[in-house]
Amino acid sequence: MNKPKLISIQYFPIILLSVLVGCAGIPSEALKWTSETLKDRQLQTRKFQTNDEEKMLVACAGLLQDLGFSIDESETKLGAMLGTKDRSAVNAGQIAGAVILGILTGAVIPVDKHQKMRASVVTRVTDDGFIIVRVTFQRVVWNTQGQVSKREALTDPKHYQEFFNKLSKAIFLEAHEI
Amino acid sequence: MKYKLNKSVLIICFALLVIGQGCATTHDHLLGSEEQLKLRSMQTRAFDTTDREKTLRTVIATMQDLGFIIDKADALLGTVSATKLDGYNLRLTVSVRPRGDSQLLVRANAQYNIKAVVAPKPYQDFFNALSKAMFLTANNVD
Repeated sequence: MNKPKLISIQYFPIILLSVLVGCAGIPSEALKWTSETLKDRQLQTRKFQTNDEEKMLVACAGLLQDLGFSIDESETKLGAMLGTKDRSAVNAGQIAGAVILGILTGAVIPVDKHQKMRASVVTRVTDDGFIIVRVTFQRVVWNTQGQVSKREALTDPKHYQEFFNKLSKAIFLEAHEI
Repeated sequence: MKYKLNKSVLIICFALLVIGQGCATTHDHLLGSEEQLKLRSMQTRAFDTTDREKTLRTVIATMQDLGFIIDKADALLGTVSATKLDGYNLRLTVSVRPRGDSQLLVRANAQYNIKAVVAPKPYQDFFNALSKAMFLTANNVD
């Protein structure tokens, strides 16, 4: 008589999956300073030689509007505002890849369709009379099946340089790196 | 054959049980379970300052350092809500209110995708970053 095995190997995937469902949690570095923290801060921040925070906030709101953002939230007392805009996320290269993959596999490959872009601007006055402006961009992308395909911070230095160039022009002040 | 069938049923039941453990009722989702009370102390720290606006601005700067975008801020209520997107959706709401004549209580609530963050470590990490930015110690409260 064969001795029965305790659990057959074929059941391991079920058990593993069910255990993992309960385990997926917050990444350990999500709320910690990392090696990127200082670099990101420098990228997203500029210093202006003025202490007129109101004027700066008005200029930032105007610039966000110029860039096509709607102002969703603002709290001038804390120097914070949030702008968002919805745009197409269609990418010709991705479509070409999906078509080729689709022909090879016979499956419908979803591609990015639209995105919500978010811009947060925060200002603060330093003790020595400067205004620090920090802008952060993020986006959420949905694919042709209506699923979220990307949730990410936008970290290309070009975005930030251009934003601050435009802001400098709008307030006639030079933006200094910190 | 009979033995095999029973074992299959047993394993599937086990799997469902493990998955089911994570399921809470609508009431629990909406109004929280008793665990919510235990959460309060790990989500709260007291700081020896009374400057609420400066504290809120430091909270905002700390959140930005940690990769968040500020979704909403209200100086009157003393609340700031922010979102971090990094392949996941992490939402954090922080409130600042006075405690006695010489302290402020800072409370943080985090939500990771569709789950509340109930582990103490992420909150410790957040308050470590905040206390460095405030140049003040984050005191535990009961």
